[in-house]
Amino acid sequence: MTKALVVYLMAGTETPELAAAAVAGGADLVEIGFPFSDPLADGPVIRRAAERALAAGMRTRACLDCLAATRARVDVPLVPMTYSSLLEAYGWERFADDVRSAGATSMIVADLPAGDRPELERIQLVAPTSTDERLALAAGQTDGWLYLVTLTGTTGARSELSPALAGLVERARKTTGVPLYAGFGISTPDHARAAAELVDGVVVGSRALEVAEEGPAALEDYVRSLREALDR
Amino acid sequence: MSYGDYGGRYVPETLIPALDELAVGWTAAQADPGFAAELDRLGREYGGRPTPLTLAERFAPGKRLFLKREDLLHTGAHKLNNALGQVVLAQRLGKTRIIAETGAGQHGVATATVCARFGLECVVYMGAEDMRRQRPNVERMGLLGAEVRPVEFGTKTLKEATSEAIRDWITNVETTHYLIGSCVGPEPYPEIVRELQAVIGREARAQVLEAEGRLPDAAIACVGGGSNAIGMFAGFLDDAAVRLYGVEAAGAASLGSGRTGVLHGARSSMLADEDGQIADAHSISAGLDYPGVGPEHAYLRDTGRVEYRAATDEDALAAFRRLAETEGIIPALEPAHALARAAELDGDVVVVCLSGRGDKDLDEALAHL
Repeated sequence: MTKALVVYLMAGTETPELAAAAVAGGADLVEIGFPFSDPLADGPVIRRAAERALAAGMRTRACLDCLAATRARVDVPLVPMTYSSLLEAYGWERFADDVRSAGATSMIVADLPAGDRPELERIQLVAPTSTDERLALAAGQTDGWLYLVTLTGTTGARSELSPALAGLVERARKTTGVPLYAGFGISTPDHARAAAELVDGVVVGSRALEVAEEGPAALEDYVRSLREALDR
Repeated sequence: MSYGDYGGRYVPETLIPALDELAVGWTAAQADPGFAAELDRLGREYGGRPTPLTLAERFAPGKRLFLKREDLLHTGAHKLNNALGQVVLAQRLGKTRIIAETGAGQHGVATATVCARFGLECVVYMGAEDMRRQRPNVERMGLLGAEVRPVEFGTKTLKEATSEAIRDWITNVETTHYLIGSCVGPEPYPEIVRELQAVIGREARAQVLEAEGRLPDAAIACVGGGSNAIGMFAGFLDDAAVRLYGVEAAGAASLGSGRTGVLHGARSSMLADEDGQIADAHSISAGLDYPGVGPEHAYLRDTGRVEYRAATDEDALAAFRRLAETEGIIPALEPAHALARAAELDGDVVVVCLSGRGDKDLDEALAHL
């Protein structure tokens, strides 16, 4: 079965074009970061990208416009990823409604763990530290697929694929039949290939943002290298 | 503990099991008389509790204004109460590494101190701007064997130091206890810090009763994250006749001019824009220079039990100088905000939490005076 490839981009004026390049390179889903001033789950690359996006005026309204503009360019599912403070300010349900109206398939709220606000449909995250009980809770509440955080840590490229992923996948498979996508620390085709041996999809974030700074052509080449590794 | 709609656990999933473990360990510790006895012993023999209550007759003529002298606690501030309690708790949980954030450096010094005392590895995150303005405390932490990691991005103050400490905790959660310094953060931290600081209010209440034969008309404390204030208030919340006042820095008035948001794991009142982006705070006092506040303070504001006021940098500097000149006590700039509002309160008997001493602030204060 083909493995899903998820690419994370920060919301910005270039995002629709970058998303189109990522899809041309073989991305099956694009996450769009709505920047927050204090992103606890993120390492330096995404944190700095969020700072730049905020400095460029990418507040919630502009992010929704960016999402809609990206929707007009690509056909793959789009998933905003953000933090609770934006939803608190915008209105939790209103935010969920408006991202869907702008073309989102679902959303990810990095600091809203499973069990909290269950009425808010979203993709849930689990981590190597999650208990079996929490894995079951998150799998039961997740919207479509379950996001496996491969490591205990923040987002950002690592030299090797986390050894904690295999155990997490094993526990998750015992609990649920939903598709499992792995993210955090995956940056190279080799990582993607190794992760895909275990899971149904991989998410690439920090490295994709770095490559995206070199422009759409570079991003497309990078995503294609991941796609080829997954399809090998 | 419930703070209305405030509080909660707005953190990445990675931390949830550790917060569950902490909550279980905290409940077990509270049920264990040995835990309370050990904290009591450490407070007396190591910390110097009970701290005195001092009548400030020359600072506030015509009033019975008492200073609760947390400045005389070991390390020079109330922060030691919380650090001692949490390090004992961390040991019960089997953690070998301690991390902390610090603004003014008082919590960092308290944490470095207890880690030296108990032989634990200690890493303290501190904004680069705060390292500049609180140099003596950076040097103290180094001498105590802690590693101080500068935080060079954003505002380079307490907000970013807290974020970096939480990121470290996410990464090292299995070995590490995050010794948070104020009544902020995800549950159960606000409750833990409040209970560990409640000794301030318990002692102050008994001491005022002893000195005056009655309860005070008012109690007042400065509020950054709000730990000394919540500790003081805890002693008087059930005494409806005792009016309670919190004093924020005018440029960091999370309660006075904030809105509801989510920061560092909790829903509370904070300085934020209409999109939920956290705004910068500004205060001469590094310990109050924080855009958030503990969720219980937001709740106490909404219920009306505590009234929150503000003091400007100038107000605080004037009170700083006045207490030095009239009482021979150099306060930290943080409680100088409470002192600035204390003398104008109605009522004869007032107790002020003098949460720390001002040695660390001399360079900053003298540059402005």
